[in-house]
Amino acid sequence: MSDPLGSVEGQARRNLPSLKLHVPEPPARPGEAADFTHFDIPAAGAQPRPDETAQPADMRDMAYGLVRVLDDGGQAVGPWDPRLPAETLLKMLRYMALTRAFDARMFRAQRQGKTSFYMKSTGEEAVSIGAAMALSRDDMCFPSYRQQGILIARDWSLVDMMNQIYSNKGDRMKGRQLPIMYSAREAGFFSISGNLTTQYPQAVGWAMASAAKGDTRIAVTWCGEGSTAEGDFHSACTFASVYRAPVIMNVVNNQWAISSFSGFAGAEATTFAARAVGYGIAGLRVDGNDVLAVYAATRWAADRARANAGPTLIEHFTYRVEGHSTSDDPSAYRSAEESSQWPLGDPIARLKAHCIALGIWDDDRHAAMDKELAEHVRDAAREAEKNGILGHGLHHPMESMFEDVFEEMPWHLEEQKQQMLDEWKAAGL
Amino acid sequence: MNMIQAINSALDVMMDRDPDVVVMGEDVGYFGGVFRATAGLQQKYGKNRVFDTPITECGIIGVAVGMGAYGLRPVPEIQFADYIYPALDQLVSEAARLRYRSAGEFVSPMTVRSPFGGGIFGGQTHSQSPEGIFTHVSGVKTVIPSTPYDAKGLLIAAIEDNDPTIFFEPKRIYNGPFDGHYDTPAKSWAGHAQAQVPQGYYRIPLGKARTTRAGEALTILCYGTMVHVVENTVAAMGVDAEIIDLRTLVPLDIEAIEASVRKTGRCLIVHEATRTSGFGAELLAQVQERCFYHLEAPIERVTGFDTPYPHSLEWAYFPGPVRIREAITKIMKD
Repeated sequence: MSDPLGSVEGQARRNLPSLKLHVPEPPARPGEAADFTHFDIPAAGAQPRPDETAQPADMRDMAYGLVRVLDDGGQAVGPWDPRLPAETLLKMLRYMALTRAFDARMFRAQRQGKTSFYMKSTGEEAVSIGAAMALSRDDMCFPSYRQQGILIARDWSLVDMMNQIYSNKGDRMKGRQLPIMYSAREAGFFSISGNLTTQYPQAVGWAMASAAKGDTRIAVTWCGEGSTAEGDFHSACTFASVYRAPVIMNVVNNQWAISSFSGFAGAEATTFAARAVGYGIAGLRVDGNDVLAVYAATRWAADRARANAGPTLIEHFTYRVEGHSTSDDPSAYRSAEESSQWPLGDPIARLKAHCIALGIWDDDRHAAMDKELAEHVRDAAREAEKNGILGHGLHHPMESMFEDVFEEMPWHLEEQKQQMLDEWKAAGL
Repeated sequence: MNMIQAINSALDVMMDRDPDVVVMGEDVGYFGGVFRATAGLQQKYGKNRVFDTPITECGIIGVAVGMGAYGLRPVPEIQFADYIYPALDQLVSEAARLRYRSAGEFVSPMTVRSPFGGGIFGGQTHSQSPEGIFTHVSGVKTVIPSTPYDAKGLLIAAIEDNDPTIFFEPKRIYNGPFDGHYDTPAKSWAGHAQAQVPQGYYRIPLGKARTTRAGEALTILCYGTMVHVVENTVAAMGVDAEIIDLRTLVPLDIEAIEASVRKTGRCLIVHEATRTSGFGAELLAQVQERCFYHLEAPIERVTGFDTPYPHSLEWAYFPGPVRIREAITKIMKD
């Protein structure tokens, strides 16, 4: 086969080196030792804290550093220490532990066949708890599927969450949504979609609406580092920048998008916080396993938004300890050692050590709390299971399937509903 | 009023009535839109309510979903329907499903305006009729006016409607009704009965067709520019056709269609969009299911061909008077 340009396989080429395609490869695959030596982890307290109204161009270094508050000895250090009262610290610890206990129970429920699907947030609890506690309750959150901690930090009913997971007759979503795709307007928690990063421009639009109306509420959104590759990420950043929308855009960089390591979203070349630089947005890169750093950064960004100083993009540097979902087996694509070797540790263990160092907590109290939370979650699960589990008949009436497609049911849906009911009746069911 | 003025008037009326109505899109603000549909609105209502956007259709619709969730009533414009595809994910996965998936907690009461259709030498990317893509999506309404009077009344109804609505404006008839005779001078809307448009508020309910000509010999189902092409061809042939302008494709006025075809026993479907899996296929199926024993001839479709919209061969492609006349003759033969 000939080619008009003459670049035929095997034929002599011009005197130039061959081009090479770079396909990223993670540092360690199954059976190999975990390797995090390529990460530059600055010491806690080393990052400066710019003024909340700083110009993005004057704080570019923040997008390449790592805001850290808790040091290896459990001390809170540096200018980002939010200096929270003991009561708030213990509340954070409890919410993170409750999120983990909830995840454990629901993961087991899926394995027991009580529902079809679940996604844990193990290792990432600080990202949602730290943020939720730094926001006002009436700020609107546009989460991805791994921020269940927001609902927990906003004291949302565990039974309500479980009803959704079981798609039972207590499910406010009427069994229409895959488990964990919660919606809780009262908790400022926007309906979760399966389509990645669609919530990003939506959050910016919500923030623009709030600004256009002269409101004081801000919008906050989350996506994973893998999802930053979606076009919606770009359009959201552009809109946020153009209109200086009062929005916080969080990128949870947990290193993995199902089986694809962060290099496939561009992490080999730069940081995700550095995306902000090109849009002229304030960018912060934060130790995502340091709940005090997450809290402080979110508070900074919220104050910035409320001062009409514009949007902030925050990269939370963390690690996805578990599989992507109950349908995923991470041992098929990554080193089994990784989660235990993760250099930023475990967010709960780190806050626990801090509280112990402050003398406001101890191992016994922690163990008692874990036991109490496990029982609390178990009781909630028993309560939710009274409303039914998936496939056990206690679901919403079949005809509810046709409701809420439109505000009022049009004739063709009425007709299809009637046809379905007639078919089941004719079949004697 | 011409159709542009009628649309502008509908936006003006609704912005005046409801402080939550906002208009957004590429070039819609200061400049007033590439077709002038939003002219004067920014000066009158301010930049918080009428604003230019970056050139990102997924962003425009995504932002409109968020604004709707906040409680606004956005009217985003997509400059040409040919450029709505980057926004498909936000329309199909988000706007259309938000009410359903949240069981009514969040809704998306947006009206997406977009010029559509051919007949203007727009070539491949300024001529398309993608309505069939949206009629296939559960949760959106699709509206296509054919006259200035309908354009204003339907747009007001769409903006007031709490469901997301795709409002396709046939740009070939923005300035005057087009009868399909591309080689004769263009007509303006002046003097047309349907160009008498009230200044104030009125609405035409979604889901209701308009019989533009009552007849006994056959039923012709059409919308948009094709209403005028069909009307003119029928008049020239002297055939006693009943012409139904569907106006809303979803929800469809099935009663009007069924009553007409049961009366005439014959049915022709005309649209500009490509044939295969086009909206005409759904119309054909509905008529076949509901009027089978009343049909005296096979249902015919005159549509765009299954090719991308061509530039130089536009008038061979466009479902004009020649093709409609041949189809009517064929239907009436049996």
